[in-house]
Parts: sequence; C-alpha cells; structure tokens
Amino acid sequence: MAMPPFVTLDAVAAPLVLDNIDTDQIIPGKELMRVATSGFGDGLFSEWRYRGGAREENPDFVLNREPFRNAGILLAGGNFACGSSREVAVWALRDFGIRAVIASSYGGIFHANCFRNGVLPVTLAADSVRELAATVEAGNVRLTIDLPQQQVRSASGQAFGFKIGALHKQMLLEGLDAVELTLSRSDEIRAFQARDRERRPWVWIDNDAADLAAGTDGPR
Amino acid sequence: MSPASPRSFFDKVWDDHVVADLGDDAWLMHIDRHFLHELSGAVSFKGLDDAGRTVRHPELSFATIDHVVATEPGRGRSSRIPGGIDFMSGLAAGVARHRIRFFDVGDSRQGIVHVIAPELGAALPGLTLVCGDSHTTTVGGIGAMSWGIGSSDGEHVLATQTLVISRPKSMRVNFDGRLTHGVYAKDMVLALIAAIGADGGIGHAVEFAGEAVRALPIEGRLTICNMAAEMSARLGFVAPDATTLAFLHGRTYAPKGALWQSASDYWLSLASDEGAAFDREVRLDCNTLAPQVTWGTSPEHVVAIDAVVPRADAARDETGRRSRERALAYMDVAPGQALQSLPITGAFIGSCTNSRLDDLRSAAAVLRGRRVADGVRAICVPGSTAVKHAAESEGLAAVFISAGFEWRESGCSLCMSAGGESFARGSRVISTTNRNFEDRQGPRVRSHLASPATVAASAVLGRVADPRPLLAH
Repeated sequence: MAMPPFVTLDAVAAPLVLDNIDTDQIIPGKELMRVATSGFGDGLFSEWRYRGGAREENPDFVLNREPFRNAGILLAGGNFACGSSREVAVWALRDFGIRAVIASSYGGIFHANCFRNGVLPVTLAADSVRELAATVEAGNVRLTIDLPQQQVRSASGQAFGFKIGALHKQMLLEGLDAVELTLSRSDEIRAFQARDRERRPWVWIDNDAADLAAGTDGPR
Repeated sequence: MSPASPRSFFDKVWDDHVVADLGDDAWLMHIDRHFLHELSGAVSFKGLDDAGRTVRHPELSFATIDHVVATEPGRGRSSRIPGGIDFMSGLAAGVARHRIRFFDVGDSRQGIVHVIAPELGAALPGLTLVCGDSHTTTVGGIGAMSWGIGSSDGEHVLATQTLVISRPKSMRVNFDGRLTHGVYAKDMVLALIAAIGADGGIGHAVEFAGEAVRALPIEGRLTICNMAAEMSARLGFVAPDATTLAFLHGRTYAPKGALWQSASDYWLSLASDEGAAFDREVRLDCNTLAPQVTWGTSPEHVVAIDAVVPRADAARDETGRRSRERALAYMDVAPGQALQSLPITGAFIGSCTNSRLDDLRSAAAVLRGRRVADGVRAICVPGSTAVKHAAESEGLAAVFISAGFEWRESGCSLCMSAGGESFARGSRVISTTNRNFEDRQGPRVRSHLASPATVAASAVLGRVADPRPLLAH
C-alpha cells in the first residue's frame, strides 16, 4: 500500500524521555483486538493515559496536557519501542497524529515497521534528545524535522543532523510501497531461487495434500 | 572479503541469502521459512488480499494458532477476549485461500510457533526464518537465522519470499565454564541481560558460544536465543553441532536419506571459523552463576536470587534512574529489600521461553511430592500439544496436577494478556516468561521472571525462592 509521503514536519513535540518504553506500553495487548490497520489512536499508551478501566484521562500524562494533545512528534529515551513486534504500535502513534519519533535508539522491529507506514524514527545522541526535551519543557514546544536536509531544528536555534539509509529516505519522501518495489526485482529473486535449489535442495519442501488436509481435523 | 579470510556463522548464513545489494546497507534477502499465527497473520493476509496479491511460495510457510486462543481444557477454537475469534477465523480463511499448511486448534502439531518450528524440523540450521512475533529469535537455538517482523513485512514475505533489511553488526557472547546444580539456561541469559542491558544487543546479530552453551540441550539453547529479543538484538543463534543434528534427525520436515547427509555436512560447515571477527565480544562466567530473578519492569532489572532490590541510582544516567524509579513504584518494592522476602500469589510455567519438555522436567523435579502454597494460583501451559502429550505419558502432568497446578492446553496464554487470560489485578507473580513489562500479564500485575525450577520452588514456598535447597542432588 502506498504511504503518505514524509518531507518536512513542523509540529508540537511531546517529551516522554524514559528508557525502554516497550510496545506493550505504546499499545497494550487488550487494545489489539481488531483485524485492522488503522483506528488505534484512542488506545495509544492507554494504561498510562487513562485511569482505571475506563477512558478517564490521567491529567499527569504528557499527551493529556496542552499543547501536547496535538503532538506530531514524540521525544523518547533509549531503546524506544522495544519488545513485541506488534505493528499496531506504529499505527497507534500515527493514528494519534505522531508522524515522527526522536529517540537515542529503537527496538529493531518497530524501527523497520515505521518505514512501512510513513513514520520517521529519528536517532539522535541521548544528550541531544535531553536538550530538545528541555527546550520543549521550557515552552518552545515546536520542532521542525527536515528529511531532505536530515536535520532536526528547534525554535530556539538548536540544530541536530541525523543519519538515515538512502532507501528508507527515498521511501518516505516518495511514499513508496515496499512490496511493489521488490516485485519489480522478480527476475533476481527467480535467479537466486534457481541457484539455491541446486545448492540447498533440503530448503525446498513440497506442499503435500496430507499437510493441507490435517489442519482441518481440529475441533470447531 | 576474500574466500580465505575467516568468516563467522553469521557471515556465512548472511552471504548465502543475499538476493541483491540495493546499496547504502539495504539488502534484498531470501526468506526460507515463514511462520504465521493468528494475531499478526490475519492482518498480513488482509493486506495481501486488499492489494490483490498472491503468495509466491505457500509451501515455505507454516501457520498455527497460539496467541489469543483460550488454553482451558476442551477449549476448541475459542478465545476469552472479544474479537479474538476474528483473528483465528481470519488466519484460517487466509491459509485455506492461499494453500498454506495449518496446524489448527485440535491438531496434534499445534503449539506456540517457536516451540513447534524446531519440533517439526520446519526450522533448520542455516535457514532464514521470520514470523510476526519478536521472539522468533528463539529458533536461533537450532542454528537458524530467525527474527520477528511486523505484519506489513509479513505481507512482503508472502508476496515475494524476501525482505529488505540492513546488515546487523556482529557480537559473540562466550558463556565460559559449567553451570552448577539448580542453575539453567534462563539464569544464563538473565545474567547476560543484566550485564549488557535491555538495549545491549541493539543492531546486532548475537552468536551464543562457549563451553556452557555447548553443554546445553537444544531446549536450553532455544531459551537463550528467545531472550535475545529482550536485549533488543536483531538475531540470536547457536551454531549447529552434533547436539543440533541429533535433535533434528527424523523430524517431519527435516531432510531424509542422502539429503540429510549433504544437509548435515553443510550445517556443520557453518560454524564460525577460527579467527572470525566480531564487532563486539562479551564473556560471562557460568561457574559461579546463581539462579537469577527480575525485580523491576525491564528484563535488565535482574539480580541473583539471594540479592536485594538495587537502588535506582545504580542506573547509568539520569534517564535510566527515572526509569528505575518508575519500576520500583510499579513493582511495589524498595531498595535493600530481599527478593526472597517477596510473597507471591501467582506462578506461571509456560511461553516460548520455557515450556518445552526439559523445562517441565526441571520444574517437576522441584514439585514432586510437594504442594503449591495456600493462596498461590499456579498454572502450567505446555509449549505445544506434542509437549503436553509427552509430559502426560511420562508422568509429569500428574506431578503438576497433584502439586496443585492447573494443567492447560498449549498456547501463549498468560505470557501476554492479549488472549484475555490474566492474573488478578495488582497481584505479584513469578513466571518463566520473557517480559516483566507493566501490565503484560494483566492489569497492574507485577511479574518476576525466573527459570522453571525457581518458579516451581516459589510456588511451593509462596514467595520468591531459591530452587536449590528443594532439588535432590
């Protein structure tokens, strides 16, 4: 599926600078229960954002405070979104309105999932993230993320460069669909597979009828 | 790299899967096996079908139901959570439409994805294997290169049998020496995460090596690789050896006859060459290792069983200190408090970390002739239907049941509350699982992670407990 392009983002940045914020916190298991890829914004950080079982807001949580209710950027600590592979973590952030995260490092699966959904994970040094968080907490709440220039800028004049792979950058800038890109390389895949069948024949198992039938034996 | 230069296990497996170099560290890699479960698989199929795409190699995929299915005896294809049934029926419809083999509820091959993949010989050494679950690293225990992916990448694999990834850096962890009685693979990996941190493996492919790893059965190697995900490693694996071959021989999807011989030769050739280079090396001494247990809400919050809760300022920086303070408050523990003074009301043995036959045996060795303490709810969920049946026929199930454990059907169950199974709100539990995150095992539930023997000992004594005094020598 093609994604909305990401070029430059000027938005309110919400500070949530803790280490190891896992994807169970970003979107708890009980919020996952729809076979869907959107509509998860309400469940974002639900255990931190709401009190008790109901959707009564916890006024202490950053996303419940002005002006962070309208955050488009999240500032986080190290190893952000570690843990579960649930892609809903990205969808929940995106559906809330957050198009970019700035953290000192990321859980690898979340990092990969971001690029599949038009969300930019910016990696900066932990000190730089804390400096930006201090700026935001002092009232200069807007940050600009300039993907073509690979730079984060604050209203108070801070500027930090960041790295991003060329393919990831292109995919975000143009909103490209990853499957479509790979399907355009079908000849290379076919050639690899032909070589591999010779070299590692045991990899290439068949789909026999017994396999397919057995699965239907279970109770209903 | 010239052919003569020494290569690591990872270098060799990586090189054998490169379809195309896309430049600037983007690589199109072949994927040899894809496992699907209902929670991420149903969404991958939806994406595939919405885009009108087909499955390129259905014969290289496997599907089962584990994440949200109920685990009570006689469950059928049911879930305790509203919406859970939609994931199961979505997966079932997808596998039927695309002709993918499926081990449904009630099938003797059903179980937790990462438990059945090696059990069936569907995962093999030197293969790339992916699944929409972070603990796919588990399967590295038999020498596969396996990792977790999101459901969009799952769709990518279904459509192309490839993924585009960057090349991880390499790390080798050498576990030196020998484990003492009552200390297990789980203790090794918890101690490692304590040493290098929950972010210690970020961006790395981690080879687990050394005398203590070589001495482990495959079950223990799977446990260590499972928790590679908890150090945020991209990959974790143990290079295949004679133990691996003995484990895989004769399994359903493993090669047979002459093909077995050529595969075995290839697998053994994958071991890291003498002098292979790693970006980082770590050593850990197992001779003096004690049972380990977590005190906080990150898998790096680990201490030895006879230790006390550490102070928050033991963290490496200000952000770490604030994170630890939050963990102390959530867990309702105080610095200086002895772990073994903490009373528990729940005990769980299960999950892709510690639910294989060897795990159940080590717990049963503690439980035999003993009873779970009053006020403790103790639950055992075998990792696969095959493990359950084996445990029943060798008498382990009877040990669990007469000790007062609930004996369940296989699934992910109380490892994560997504299936609607959870401990009572705010309770303190000890668990063989992999994640002590806030709310992971139920609302406000406080989870302590440990080995199956430590969980069994704690269930018996009604508090966090050292298993060693309860184990016969």
